[in-house]
This record gives sequence, structure tokens and C-alpha cells, in this order.
Amino acid sequence: MKYALYPGCAAKGATPELFQSTMAIIGRLGIEVTELTASSCCGAGVVGEADPEGALALSARTFAQAEGLGLDIMTICGTCQGVMGGANRRLKSDPALLARVNRLLAPEGLVYSGMVQVKHLLWIVVREVGMERLKDEIQITLGDLHIAPFYGCYILRPSWDVGFDDPEHPTSMETLIRAVGAESVEYAGKVKCCGFPIILEKENIALTMNGTNLKEAKDAGADMMVTPCPLCHMSLDIYQERAGRTVNARLELPVLHLPQMLGLAMGVPPEQLGMQRHLVSVEPVIEAVEARKTMKKAGRP
Amino acid sequence: MRLPFIITKYNPELEHAAHQETYRLDVSRGMTVLDALIRIKNELDGRVTFRYSCRSAICGSCAMTINGSEKLACRTSIRKEWERHGKIDIAPLRHLPILKDLAVDMAGFWSKTRAVTPWLGGDSSSDHGLPVMPDAYQFHNVDACIMCGACVAACTSHEADQGFLGPAALAKAYRFIADPRESRAAKTARLAVLERPTGIWDCTRCNFCVQVCPKDVQPMEAIIRLRRAAIEAGFTQTGGARHVLGFKQLVARFGRLNEAIMPLKVVGLHLTRLAQIMPLGIRMLLKGKVPNPLHPPIQGVEHVRRILTRPTRGGPV
Repeated sequence: MKYALYPGCAAKGATPELFQSTMAIIGRLGIEVTELTASSCCGAGVVGEADPEGALALSARTFAQAEGLGLDIMTICGTCQGVMGGANRRLKSDPALLARVNRLLAPEGLVYSGMVQVKHLLWIVVREVGMERLKDEIQITLGDLHIAPFYGCYILRPSWDVGFDDPEHPTSMETLIRAVGAESVEYAGKVKCCGFPIILEKENIALTMNGTNLKEAKDAGADMMVTPCPLCHMSLDIYQERAGRTVNARLELPVLHLPQMLGLAMGVPPEQLGMQRHLVSVEPVIEAVEARKTMKKAGRP
Repeated sequence: MRLPFIITKYNPELEHAAHQETYRLDVSRGMTVLDALIRIKNELDGRVTFRYSCRSAICGSCAMTINGSEKLACRTSIRKEWERHGKIDIAPLRHLPILKDLAVDMAGFWSKTRAVTPWLGGDSSSDHGLPVMPDAYQFHNVDACIMCGACVAACTSHEADQGFLGPAALAKAYRFIADPRESRAAKTARLAVLERPTGIWDCTRCNFCVQVCPKDVQPMEAIIRLRRAAIEAGFTQTGGARHVLGFKQLVARFGRLNEAIMPLKVVGLHLTRLAQIMPLGIRMLLKGKVPNPLHPPIQGVEHVRRILTRPTRGGPV
């Protein structure tokens, strides 16, 4: 199973622990990757607000690079997945648009013919690695933890661009939470918005969204949250304290990237997953994992 | 087949809080949720209150929350809902005042629609003095809106701040920005109102409105077009506009977004705002989460720059 890894900006910028934890687990799951080191930002839906065709060209440039390697793309960011998945659908279904965008790529000697698929790590683990292989790799079950999935927007909606989970009833994150032996926490906010796209300019609205989702998860009994999107992670982790003040709640809810949760269950040391880089303390999660490890050594289930 | 229908009931004049009641009904092939509601009202409980008219997804009256998502009851198949969710849970639209049971007060919805001046401004000729008729495609389907309110109920920004004009009213506003019969001056005046707080820059692009719209209006795409039109009309000082332009500049310069510089692009020289952001920046720095602002650009950045700085045709759409 080989993919062209599209890192995106966040994993190379403000959430380096996402890149680190991804690289720490994929080999064990039998996923080989070649990193697209010359790939640009996907535009995150923001570039497209000013320049829709330019933003499509950024995605097409990345697709052409992967096509040159003969590989499909693996994303590790929910936002990149949504933006690039949507771009890919448009380019594949509109030959005139594809031709126009290819003219923008031509000076670099690139051409995209529409043969690449774009898949998020979450989907690759659920559908291609499969639960059996994943369970073989699990060393420590996270049985004491109640984990709240937080999907974010772009990995679910619009479903005709994404096409993996049912946007009204997604199950992929819950499947992985159960696979690591933990209990999945049900709450309405799991499919809502983290507020990140407007957090700098409309902080109060964004933090209300963010805080409401975190509080709902906490009230439903969550010990931690896990997300497949680093932009959600920035909002939920970096801004958590402010979000708590906005909704009048003491949150202190550790938020993990998806590969960090998988890595802990696979027995990868927390520092190799970049757990020390979080703003909200992840100590309670690490303690729970350590306790399980000790129990396992002592021969208890 | 006999199925349970869980209906959220609430009479604000008599009750303190909403409660759920379950009605059991024999359903037949091809029945919609609205068919079931009409039969429940006729056969089981005449007090159940809901709004409907055309029964064919034209009037937009019967939008409600079905199994957690905003839908028109008249075009929602009971069989499909049952297969997808294993239950039929019917509640009123969210974040709108409840009149009774499934009927919500749409007064606020209509006042927001009126607030965007839903008629053509200026004289009804083009800037060249010639009358121009719009082509339907110019509206990108926003004229298909049936004002059902599903998008507003699903909107995550409206949930956080109910002052937000919301997807339906903004999509309606876009219909006039796209109309060639409205003068440029009238469009500029319109955009000057829309760029204010509670307007176009409050949308977080969560895609809920796009997902739930029964008529494929894609309100969020209309909001994005309004943002583009505002920027092109010179409204570039809001945090939202600075975000878009600053983001594009950074990607053209480095190939990727640099999160160390991005906040400065959005906030600009607003000193109190900068002072609010700084402590968080320092905490991020200590955790190794602030990217090097002098990080070298990606390989081939000149091509990214060429793409993003090419001359474009311009125009509001």
C-alpha cells in the first residue's frame, strides 16, 4: 500500500506533532509513503475565495506531482481532504476546466490527467488497512478512556465531494476509537464546526462554537477528544482555555490528533508522537495508558 | 409495517420545556414523513402542530429536524430514514423560536431577508444605459431558494450568534449582486452594508447550509461570491478580507501558509488585538508550535507565485 503523502501546511507548521505521529505509525500499518515535498498549500478554501481558478490550480499542481509518481494521495488534514477532494471532483468532471487549469501548470512542465484519488489517513486505515491488521498492531487497549470523536466540517460535507462517511451518521472515527479498545462518546457537536476559519477575526463567535462543542463532549463524559483535522486541533487545543472562558466552563480536555491516538495504542512512546507539544495537558491520557501498560505487565487484562 | 415516530412537542404557553411523545403508525410503501404527520394528526392526536402546504417541495413550509438533520418532511422518505438511522425522530428547526411543537416562528428569518434589501437598487439599466436582462445561470441557482429556513437552522455560526444574517438572506443578497440590471453604485452600497459585523464575514464555511439545502442553492458558495465581490469593490479592511488577501499573499510568497505571520496579516496594526494574541503566541512558541517565519519557500514556489499573481478577468462573479 503506497501513497504520495500530502503533508499540508499545518503539519509542517503549527502542528508538527501531526506529521511526527503520522510517520511514527504508518509503517507499522503497512502504509508506505513518498512525501510530496514540492507541494504547496491546498488553499484551505481561503485562496479560493479570492481566486477560485488559482486555488484549483494549486490542487491540480499537487495532483500532477502525485500522478508523476504513479501514486494516489494520502492527506492527513480534514480541511486539505475536503478542499482537494472537491477540487479533484470538479477537475475530473469538467474537461474544459481541467484544460484551463492545465494551461496554468504548463510552464512548470506539469499536466494533470485526472487519474489521482485523494484519501484521508482515517479512510485508508478504516477501509484499506482494515480492523484486523490494526488490531494486530495494538499493544495497549485504551479501555479506561472515554474518547469523543471530533470530525470537523470538510471531512464530512458536502458529502458529494467527500463520499466516505454518511454526514448525518458518520462512523469511521467511532470505528477506530472502538478498535483501540476505548469507548466512543456520543454528542451532537462531533460533526459541527470548530470555529477555526474565523477565529482571528470573529473570535467570540468562533470560541462560542469551539467551547460549546468541547463542553458538550466533556459533559457527555469524555476524557479526551480526537480529531482528523489539524485546524480543528489548533482551535480545540490552542484556544481551549479562551473557549472555556467564553462558555463559562473549566474544560481541560486533552485533544489528540488521530495518529497520536493510534500511536499510543500501538505502544509508541508519547514523545515520539509529539504529545509534549500540546497546550492542554495530555498527562491524564498518558497516565491512563501507563496504568494499562503496568496492568498488562502484571498479567491482568 | 408499524413504526414508532418520536415527536418533540412543546406548547410554550402551557409548558416549561419540550418533551417527546411516541406515536405508533402503520406505514406503507412510499410514505413520506409529512404523510405520516398528517395521519398522526388525523388518527392519533389532533393537537400535534406542524406547518405544511404544497406537499411537493415547492412551498418550503414543512422544514423540520428529522433524525438530527434539517429536511423537508414532504420529500423525506420514511423507509430511507428508517434504514439510515433506525428511528424516526422529528423535532422543530433549531435556533428559531418555537410557536408550538414543530411550527417555528419565522418572523426573524423574514426580517433578515428584508434587511438585505431584496429588490434591485439604482435604475434598472446597466451602467451603459442599455437595459440588460439577466440570464438565469448568473444567479448560480440562488433563485431556486424556497425560503424553508433549513440552512439557517443548520448554520453553526447562527447557532453561536443569532444576530448573523444567515445563509438564506445572504444568498438572496447575492442574487442582486449577480443581477446586471443593478447599477455598480447600488451594488457597492449593498456590499458596504453586507461587510459589516453579522454579515458575510461571519460565515465559517462549515458547509452545513450546502449539505442540507433541499434545492441545491449552496448558500455558502453565494457568501463566498459576495466576499469576492466585496474585496473587488475595494472593501479590504475587515478582518475577513485581510484574512483572504493575507493568506493568498503568504501562499504566493512561501508556497505554504506560515502560521507565524498569518495573525499579523489579519490583525494588522491593531495594538489592543495584538496584545490579546501575543500571550497565546508565546505559549505556542514555548511548545514548539510557532513555525520559523524565515522558513525557506517550497521547491517551485515561483510557479505557485506565477499562478496566484496572474492577471485575472475580474468582475464580481
